[in-house]
Amino acid sequence: MRVLAAMSGGVDSAVAAALAVEAGHEVVGVHMALTRNPQLFRAGSRGCCSLEDASDARRVADRLGIPFYVWDLSETFQDTVVEDFLAEYAAGRTPNPCLRCNEHVKFRTLLDKAQALGFDAIATGHYAQALPGPDGPELHRSPNHAKDQSYVLAVMGRDELSRVLFPLGGFASKDEVRAAAAQRDLAVSAKPDSYDICFIPDGDTRGFLRDRLGARPGPILDPEGRQVGEHEGAYAYTVGQRKGLALGRPAVDGRPRYVLSTNMRDNSVVVGAEELLTVNHLQGRRASWLTDPAPIFGADGPPSGIAVQVRAHGREMSAELTLEDQGETLVSRLTSGTLRGVAAGQSMVIYQGTRVLGQATIARAWRQ
Amino acid sequence: MSHYLDHAASTAPTPAALAAYVEEAGHAGNASSLHAAGRRARRVLEESRETVAACLDARPSEVIFTSSGTEANNLALKGIFWGRRSQDAARRRLLVSAVEHHSLLDPAFWLAGHAGAEVALAEVDQNGRLELAALAAEFGEASSTALASVMWANNEVGTLQPIAEVARLCQRFGVPLHRAAASAVGQLPVSFAASGADALTVSGHKFGAPLGVGALLTRRDLPIESLTQGGSQERGLRAGTVNVPAIRAFAVALAEATSTQAERAAHLTSLRDRLIAGVRRAVPDAVLRGPEPATGRLPGSALFTFPGCEGDSLLYLLDSAGVQASTGSACQAGIPQPSHVLLAMGVDEESARGALRFSLGSTSTEADVDALLAALPSVAERARNAGLTSAR
Repeated sequence: MRVLAAMSGGVDSAVAAALAVEAGHEVVGVHMALTRNPQLFRAGSRGCCSLEDASDARRVADRLGIPFYVWDLSETFQDTVVEDFLAEYAAGRTPNPCLRCNEHVKFRTLLDKAQALGFDAIATGHYAQALPGPDGPELHRSPNHAKDQSYVLAVMGRDELSRVLFPLGGFASKDEVRAAAAQRDLAVSAKPDSYDICFIPDGDTRGFLRDRLGARPGPILDPEGRQVGEHEGAYAYTVGQRKGLALGRPAVDGRPRYVLSTNMRDNSVVVGAEELLTVNHLQGRRASWLTDPAPIFGADGPPSGIAVQVRAHGREMSAELTLEDQGETLVSRLTSGTLRGVAAGQSMVIYQGTRVLGQATIARAWRQ
Repeated sequence: MSHYLDHAASTAPTPAALAAYVEEAGHAGNASSLHAAGRRARRVLEESRETVAACLDARPSEVIFTSSGTEANNLALKGIFWGRRSQDAARRRLLVSAVEHHSLLDPAFWLAGHAGAEVALAEVDQNGRLELAALAAEFGEASSTALASVMWANNEVGTLQPIAEVARLCQRFGVPLHRAAASAVGQLPVSFAASGADALTVSGHKFGAPLGVGALLTRRDLPIESLTQGGSQERGLRAGTVNVPAIRAFAVALAEATSTQAERAAHLTSLRDRLIAGVRRAVPDAVLRGPEPATGRLPGSALFTFPGCEGDSLLYLLDSAGVQASTGSACQAGIPQPSHVLLAMGVDEESARGALRFSLGSTSTEADVDALLAALPSVAERARNAGLTSAR
């Protein structure tokens, strides 16, 4: 096959490209430039967008003896990831930009462009498995549970999944990947992992939002509506957040307070005790499926063995699913246990065993 | 089979230049040393300088060797700016054409940011040629102008600039004129004495010298400051041990290029016209940027924009078909930027992103051009489909 290897400059995508070459594919390396002003992004080695990362990726491609190009996807990235990130925060939700990047940039624009240019598939360094199933490829968790990235991949479509390779799918640990890189003399074998949001180089999300959305001072309220503090913009707060509230006085009962909700209409933030964050119902919108959803909700009764996960490295929770509004809305009822501090805007990913069935964006979470 | 159509980026050294380089690099000797080995190196250096001067119709004392065309442009801009301003503090204006190479524009804007300079950009028409009326108007502020800089020929689209007219304006208003001639030398006759220029940039690897050597020609009466300190080499304008092997090879290549210039120009022109006609047949909506053939353009290059295509898609597809071309000259961390030259010519940003430059050299053949023409129809179609996907 003709394979385009997406190369971020990190160790994972480097090994993925190497394995694609060793599997006998005709591989071309591509680094996605996500800004036209690379010096604006971090200068260190931890991001996915710095000049160093582009040259690290180039050196791996040299070593593998494959052609290498930098493609400018900055416009798509700005429109679908950065602007969405700002709009979601402004609307009081907490977006996951890595997931939006997978949805719109990697597994849409890059994949479609690759296909138009004659590639059969793209290979990425994600920890997940695309396994053959009776009805086409299925997305499954990585056996490396600590690194499993099926959560951020669930947003891609079924057609996209059939054009993707995850060469790291079978690796059981990051150490194995680093060893594979070292064995192949890839200079990135000891490069640190990246953690933060790549377009916020200093990690100061609140400062990034304030610079772009402006300061909008407002009250911090307790559940009874009494003002207990002030904030510079309700958009910068996330449900479940405890740090950075800067409440002068301790609560009457002396216990820590958490953000319970943010209200964009009156620009208020409500804080309260931890137990008020507990939820057992999740409502998701914009559901997308990596399988035909009809059998799941078909005549055979409710699907069994279903679990949901609401954070990239969160725990999965057993759940019962129902579809409402002609399939527009997906409701999960947790059947064993509860979740705490679930923010609107995050993705709720549906698993059956290790397999990803689909996902939806959380609109509301409550206890009942 | 690989077909190299990017000679304007860099062309391979000629066999004679390479042999001269290798022979010279085997000698010990610092041209500033007083013993026999030093004298030998010094003699090679000065003979090379005389050769270069003779080839470009200059005096040997007017030739300052540098490491590159970029360094020569920096020396011209900054050195003449500082030299002229130390004579008269009011001279802070730099008048440069909007289509200069980045190695000229960037130092100009650096001086604006760091040394109080004021940059005036002279506009060009849709073919990339200077608007003489607009340029003449800029000389209203001649007394505060430190320097004017206008390239001989544009490196991206190949447009020749109105040399004589610009020189006449500069002489009338007493403004020194610098010309970057990196693209012109070897393709066109270049006479420093007749050009009316006070300084002229030459780059070796564009005409068959190895990488790492260029020159700035400067008139002796031009006030110019050195950018480097630490030695009195090159009239005190370029400190550092002189790179004699590269300079000897530079002189050898320049002598070849200028003595065969007319034949080379004819060879390049015929290939270029074959290329232009062929591209137009292969992709009828491709747009040749710059003037039509035979009307004031470089013999050896042609830049097209391909509607609906992105330059990086075209480059990748041609590269994998064995044809090496360029998206233009501007590049930041490997990311193609829309060319400032095309934008200055009034090309919209989207069209500018679909630019591809083909440039020929003395070793180019009809087979190189024909390989491009054979690959181009399917390449352009694919690139257009890919362009549609990223637009959706």
